[in-house]
Amino acid sequence: MRWLRRNLLGIVAILVLIYLFIPIAVVAILSFNKPSGKFNISWTQFSTDAWTNLCGVPGVCSSFATSIQIGIISTVVATALGTMIAFALVRYRFRGRSTTNLLIFLPMATPEVVMGSSLLALFLNLRFPLGQWTVIIAHIMFIISFVVVTVKARLQGLDPRLEEAARDLYADPKSTFRYVTLPLVAPGIAGAALLGFSLSFDDFIISYFNAGTLVTFPIFIWGAAQRGIPVQVNALATLVFVIALLVVLSSQLVSYRRRKKLMST
Amino acid sequence: MAGAIKQVEDLHLLNLTKKFGDVAAVDDLTLTIPAGSFFALLGASGCGKTTTLRMVAGLEDPTSGTINIGSKDITNLRAFQRPVNTVFQSYALFPHLDIFENVAFGLRRRGIKDVKTPVNQMLELVELSAMARRKPTQLSGGQQQRVAVARALINEPDVLLLDEPLGALDLKLRRQMQIELKRIQREVGTTFVHVTHDQEEAMTMADTVAIMNAGRIEQLGNPADIYELPKTVFVANFLGQSNLINGTAQGRSGDDILVAAYGQTYVVPAARSSATTDNMIVGVRPEKMTVLDAPDGHRAPESHNKISGRVTDVSYAGVSTQYLVRTPWDQELTVFEQNVIVGDRCSVGDEVLLHWAPEHTFGLENLGG
Repeated sequence: MRWLRRNLLGIVAILVLIYLFIPIAVVAILSFNKPSGKFNISWTQFSTDAWTNLCGVPGVCSSFATSIQIGIISTVVATALGTMIAFALVRYRFRGRSTTNLLIFLPMATPEVVMGSSLLALFLNLRFPLGQWTVIIAHIMFIISFVVVTVKARLQGLDPRLEEAARDLYADPKSTFRYVTLPLVAPGIAGAALLGFSLSFDDFIISYFNAGTLVTFPIFIWGAAQRGIPVQVNALATLVFVIALLVVLSSQLVSYRRRKKLMST
Repeated sequence: MAGAIKQVEDLHLLNLTKKFGDVAAVDDLTLTIPAGSFFALLGASGCGKTTTLRMVAGLEDPTSGTINIGSKDITNLRAFQRPVNTVFQSYALFPHLDIFENVAFGLRRRGIKDVKTPVNQMLELVELSAMARRKPTQLSGGQQQRVAVARALINEPDVLLLDEPLGALDLKLRRQMQIELKRIQREVGTTFVHVTHDQEEAMTMADTVAIMNAGRIEQLGNPADIYELPKTVFVANFLGQSNLINGTAQGRSGDDILVAAYGQTYVVPAARSSATTDNMIVGVRPEKMTVLDAPDGHRAPESHNKISGRVTDVSYAGVSTQYLVRTPWDQELTVFEQNVIVGDRCSVGDEVLLHWAPEHTFGLENLGG
């Protein structure tokens, strides 16, 4: 009884973690399966076919590449624009500033179905051909909100005296930004970009409305799900998960090493 | 930097005014700060001392007036163009750069290639050579403070501005840094302008102290002169404590003014009075007064100014004892007495006589009416 009382918290924590990771584990395990029928649902036989032949199913890799490309373009554009908006909102007092502050939240608050369908209506009315660019425009739109919010928080936490100190120490406005402001805000911008990329890569609803004939990775999976998802999808999904995990781990490791170095010196 | 004393010039502020909306934070300030001096701007928070400093640094634009170094007008130069550096209140060290790079920052921005020698020399001056590769957050408050000084001084500015630089340190460290800063100032010979609300800090460190109130300078001079002879009620109360008694000038007796107050006549040397009308204030510092038990009252010298009263509070503070004495007209006066007398001190309720020498008395203009 006493043992239970002492370890209850740990047990619950482990159970919750298991609950969170079971779906991912299932995806990863089934990527080594060799399904007997069309559906990769029950375990039949161990195989590395999907891993050795990642692009073995038509459309898998091209949709994956499309999603990566869209993710990179939208993230770069949205991060640049969003960072500038954040600077404007934090640094300058102008007419319509509080309105802008409010409007920037709208894309986050709007249900994706509504946004996806309204964008579609807009593009159709403008006779803008649906495809990669409509998807990119839509993604930039919702990523910007997240970038602005993240960078703004970082900027607001920045001690204004640091920039004053730079000016006092012979840094003109350009060098002040280059050597003080930017390095201090950079972690916020990087975080915003990572978040933006994963949002874009992951997006199904808005993309589906505005993709036309373009097939992104989530759209491919959705289509495939009707007929039986190929094992390659599991393999690619696992790959994405592992890459994301490595990114997180390495950033943790870097900050851990830095802390440790600080302690020892 | 090493030992070479730089040719520096006076800093002149001329009719300097800064308004925030309708409020004048600095009001028509004219001031010359001699080259190479340790100058303190002393005042309560909100008196305009920090605003003055920021205008000199170029971080705040004056509403009107000019700032000159020697004969050079720097009023319209941007902060990064001025030969002036600041030690900020919160130090404002760059958290992403190590100590070496923090100190090298100003040199690098001015395109100086060889920063290694001067930075190492500077770190030696502030005794932080071992810390060169640490980040600011790994340093103690006192060490960060010294980095802030080094980062500013390495640029060999004409004027070094210090904005409450010791405010964040504990008392013991503050004393240590006061001595340290004075040493550094003597070594480099740069003009230091030090803004503080701590009167003790201003008095111990500065050659010249300017006491600011409501955007203006109330009194300027060397600390001892200001303390011994305050010229306004504000200064008398702000720099140390004072006992102030309202009175009316009755006439003169030689070089002295005779002032009547509450049925008693006080002698104020005319040279020590800044009053321009008969309606004036008699002032004396608490440690200049002596307390006598009323029965011993006859022992007070004839020429001394005297007040009788009743002791309402006695607090023993080691080196001295502080008495609060209530006068017949219900004013509470403060007296400090050195604890050099063996035997009984006065106690609460005792009737006493306070007396002090006329040459310790000062006269002030009564602005309160």
